[in-house]
Amino acid sequence: MLTALLVMTAVALVLGALLGYASLKFKVEGDPLVEKIDAILPQTQCGQCGFPGCRPYATAIASGEADINQCPPGGEEGIRKLADLLGREFKSLSEEHGVEKPKSVAVIDENTCIGCTLCIQACPVDAIVGAAKQLHTVVAGECTGCELCVAPCPVDCIAMEPITETVDTWKWRYPVIQIKQAA
Amino acid sequence: MLRKLFKFHGGVKPQTHKAESTTQPIARVPLPERLVIPLHQAVGGHPRPLVAPGDKVFKGQRIGGADGSLSSAVHASTSGIVRDVAPALMPHTSGLTTLSVIIEPDGEDRWGELDKVNYRTTPPDELRDFLRDAGVVGLGGAVFPSYAKLKPGKEGRLKTLVINGAECEPFITCDDLLMRERADDMLKGIVAMRHMLQAEEVLIGIEDNKPEAVAAVQAAIAASGQSGIQAVAIPTRYPAGGAKQLIRVLTGIEVPHGRRSTDFGVQCFNVGTAYSIYEALEFGRPLISRVVTVAGNVDQPRNYEVLIGTPMDHVVRLSGARPDTDRYIMGGPMMGVRLPAFDVPVVKATNCILVGSPALFPPPPPEMPCIRCGECAKACPADLAPFEMYWFSRSKNFGKAQEYHLFDCIECGCCSFVCPSHIPLVDYFRFSKSEIWARERDKSSSDAARDRFEFKNFRQEREKQEKAEKLAAKAAATREKVAADNQAGTASPAAEAPDTAKPAAPSAEDTKRALIAAAMEKARQQKAQVAPKNTEQLSAETQADIDAIEARRAASAATPPTPDA
Amino acid sequence: MINSPFVRKPASVQQVMLQVLLALVPGIAAYVWFFGAGILVQLTLASAAALAGEAAMLAIRGKPKALFLSDLSAIVTAWLIALTFPPIVPWWLTVTATLLAIVVVKQLYGGLGQNPFNPAMAAFCLMIVAYPALMSQWPAAGQLDFSSQLQLIFGGIRQVDAITGATPLDALRTALRAAANPDSQLHGLRASQLMDGPAYGMLGGKGGEWVALGFLLGGLWLLQRRIITWHIPGAFCLALAASAGLLWAVRPEGFASPVFHLASGGAMLGAFFILTDPVSGATTPRGKLLFAAGAGVLTFVIRAFGAYPDGVAFATLLMNLCVPLIDMNTQAPVFGHKKD
Ligand code: SF4
Ligand code: SF4
Ligand code: SF4
Ligand code: SF4
Repeated sequence: MLTALLVMTAVALVLGALLGYASLKFKVEGDPLVEKIDAILPQTQCGQCGFPGCRPYATAIASGEADINQCPPGGEEGIRKLADLLGREFKSLSEEHGVEKPKSVAVIDENTCIGCTLCIQACPVDAIVGAAKQLHTVVAGECTGCELCVAPCPVDCIAMEPITETVDTWKWRYPVIQIKQAA
Repeated sequence: MLRKLFKFHGGVKPQTHKAESTTQPIARVPLPERLVIPLHQAVGGHPRPLVAPGDKVFKGQRIGGADGSLSSAVHASTSGIVRDVAPALMPHTSGLTTLSVIIEPDGEDRWGELDKVNYRTTPPDELRDFLRDAGVVGLGGAVFPSYAKLKPGKEGRLKTLVINGAECEPFITCDDLLMRERADDMLKGIVAMRHMLQAEEVLIGIEDNKPEAVAAVQAAIAASGQSGIQAVAIPTRYPAGGAKQLIRVLTGIEVPHGRRSTDFGVQCFNVGTAYSIYEALEFGRPLISRVVTVAGNVDQPRNYEVLIGTPMDHVVRLSGARPDTDRYIMGGPMMGVRLPAFDVPVVKATNCILVGSPALFPPPPPEMPCIRCGECAKACPADLAPFEMYWFSRSKNFGKAQEYHLFDCIECGCCSFVCPSHIPLVDYFRFSKSEIWARERDKSSSDAARDRFEFKNFRQEREKQEKAEKLAAKAAATREKVAADNQAGTASPAAEAPDTAKPAAPSAEDTKRALIAAAMEKARQQKAQVAPKNTEQLSAETQADIDAIEARRAASAATPPTPDA
Repeated sequence: MINSPFVRKPASVQQVMLQVLLALVPGIAAYVWFFGAGILVQLTLASAAALAGEAAMLAIRGKPKALFLSDLSAIVTAWLIALTFPPIVPWWLTVTATLLAIVVVKQLYGGLGQNPFNPAMAAFCLMIVAYPALMSQWPAAGQLDFSSQLQLIFGGIRQVDAITGATPLDALRTALRAAANPDSQLHGLRASQLMDGPAYGMLGGKGGEWVALGFLLGGLWLLQRRIITWHIPGAFCLALAASAGLLWAVRPEGFASPVFHLASGGAMLGAFFILTDPVSGATTPRGKLLFAAGAGVLTFVIRAFGAYPDGVAFATLLMNLCVPLIDMNTQAPVFGHKKD
């Protein structure tokens, strides 16, 4: 009995030492957790999470400063993935940070735009092109729909338009499992 | 004459239902009241519209121009007036709309001026452009622009040109009838393609349940005196008409997913495509009509020559749809597309309008759990394990589904056809595929956004630095100036720094502080000017004002940012 | 919304299971002929228990009852239990075993299609461990009439040791071991000589060989109907015969012949009906070969060296465990990726 205990303890110790050694030896450089979290975040760069962009938020989550339910563009699915990655409980989107909306792009009403460049400065991804006092347009493919350009516009000419489905983006639905009561 | 044929794995033998629609020759369809011609009908880029509402168009006039590296032109199918260029419902399960040209026929059906080429003397590149602008696409259902496939591989020549007359889907007989009635012309198209591809041999694969078509094609070959062209009867087994399966049956070559068949020395075209290439090269006629089978729940199943853009119900009416009709399907019962409405237009991909009813195509019995019986794997012509892909698709474990070669699935429907548990396997695969595509799209766009965001941050950082450097240089200059002034005995440096409390005995330190303070003040003033902008009512004057402000802002662009901004 | 394909082959789980049941009939007929109608009572008992257990579990799990009860998969499990158990086990043993198979091994793992183990074989193993004595009492052919069978099944008192013995498999093994012992009176006798007794027939156990033949017949019919493929029965029989034949060739005095192994016990039932259960078996062609060959060798090893009367059940369960691994590593190359 005693020998068994001793053997078990010895084995446990050896294994523990091995594990400890391995974790030191194979320690990954950099912070892959931040990378992984950042990969899940939608990169809308809207700042609704309370951080100036997705990466800062990722860093904050990794260091435990922020919760996982603060990103409205990522929505439920994003939170679920984060919860999965971090081994935490899923929680619904925190209301103070906003609500999940359909993905949209900004559209500038070119008749009203005065070319003030304020939106260009606001856009986190340089999706608006135009020079001072010239018409500005949004490059739809690059717009993340962050809405940051809407407020700064002095003439309110920027509107967010939900992206419409095309044949190229249309998705087959999950097959409905219809287990009917066999008559 | 006897060729060694190869086998492909799996396959099924559904009831063919082909006899019904082959009793009568191909019929013409009277002009409809309206033609709705979608601009995007083929794989590749969306053609841009070349006409506007109110324009008069001729039959065969190009109304949509090929756009991008892979795209195919679209033409008016008859002469008439363009009523609208607007989104219209397209023949697709999604029920989405697509930009279409709506033409009101004038009844004259008059051809316009047509370009012509001599395919023997024209260089292949120009011929390809010609076929692109003639809108010739694969008519077997995949609607891949034909010009893009008419390039021989690296060696500049092709071993085998495979012509697909297998037509393995039940109910569909349009290729059968085309071969019976127009074998000679089709063969001329094949000869032209062979010339373009420098193909050694041509094999026309026809399922052996179409003896009349085989005979007609063989007679045409004999009459033409061409050598190296052979019509081969192949065993009837769905999906023998899948391009990959047909290539396999005729040549033994398996073209893997994602590879070009020309790399293996083969290329495959549909018989209908061959015919439209003949029309284009011989008469300069673009692809504006095709043979369409109307079958299923109709009184007289039959084949029709239909103008592209004709509403489907206009064609079906000629065959007499039965009263319990509840849907149209484009294509056959195995791979056909459920349509959202009866009046969607016939497009280049429409080989068959299958009229459905609950009696003819009853809903499947309830789905049961998979019992891993392996029937689906036995039937799969792509040698896949559908039940494994189903398992992972169902649990949305897409990575795993891909490991089981989800993208090698040709969506032939054999697995769903045989499954004793009535699982809509193909639906799961379609779902998984489109979900994976969507994720890839999302991922690439979010990666792009991340890059652009990081670049913007980097740029701002750099600009800040540059500004700081500029500022430092300016400060140094001012300092020199101040020093010079001091030496010159100027009484007060207050002109440079009005807010400084200690005007006397300025050291280098003080000068710097004074400079910063001055800059801050300037920025504050500027902010004050910008802040009270009127964003509510915007008249011409205000706009002018704003312009003025903008001018000032632009002028002071080099000002350092305020610390509290 | 229904998408393509819009046509389907008229096939269903129910049809598959029905054909399996039909294929069992010749074997059952032989069973009744040689061993009496008691087995019919057991079949009925097991079927009733299976349906009741399935219905209860479906109700608890909130699944449509009519749909799943009519798929007949529970009946197949029940019949396999009745056919592998001794025909005179008390009624409560059959019922408990069937309930265990359906409720625990099948439904608790997720029901039809989800169970990693063959329910019938799992129940067999549990019962033989729990009631080794009851599970080892086999009447010889023609030994018991129907009424005494009924009495054994439903009566409380069992004094059957006198009238029943072990299976021929079991008996022969014991005899062979005895023959190896110089003190025994059987010393020096060969298997063929030992098989001279009244319990043995031409190939295997008396009567039992005809039952096996019946199952073989049914199995061949299933093959012809393409319900099963040749891989599993073929590989199983080959592996069993090969491993038995090898040792028999080396030491004919110590081991039974391969033919005896094939014709006795649950070999035929296992080859065509138990191992071919698609849910718990391997699915790829190569995997099926591996799976069945492994089961064949294991069956022989357990029969020759183990303490249980038959090895099919344990072999099946052990190979069930390996199925995920086998399937994962035997995926056939897909179209266009073959190296030929
Ligand atoms: S809220 Fe906006 S900035 Fe924050 S993580 Fe989500 S998308 Fe990125
Ligand atoms: S254009 Fe507007 S909404 Fe789009 S990314 Fe830029 S700031 Fe955000
Ligand atoms: S045919 Fe159906 S039940 Fe059989 S293995 Fe395939 S998916 Fe499962
Ligand atoms: S639909 Fe896909 S998985 Fe199913 S049989 Fe066809 S190729 Fe195989």
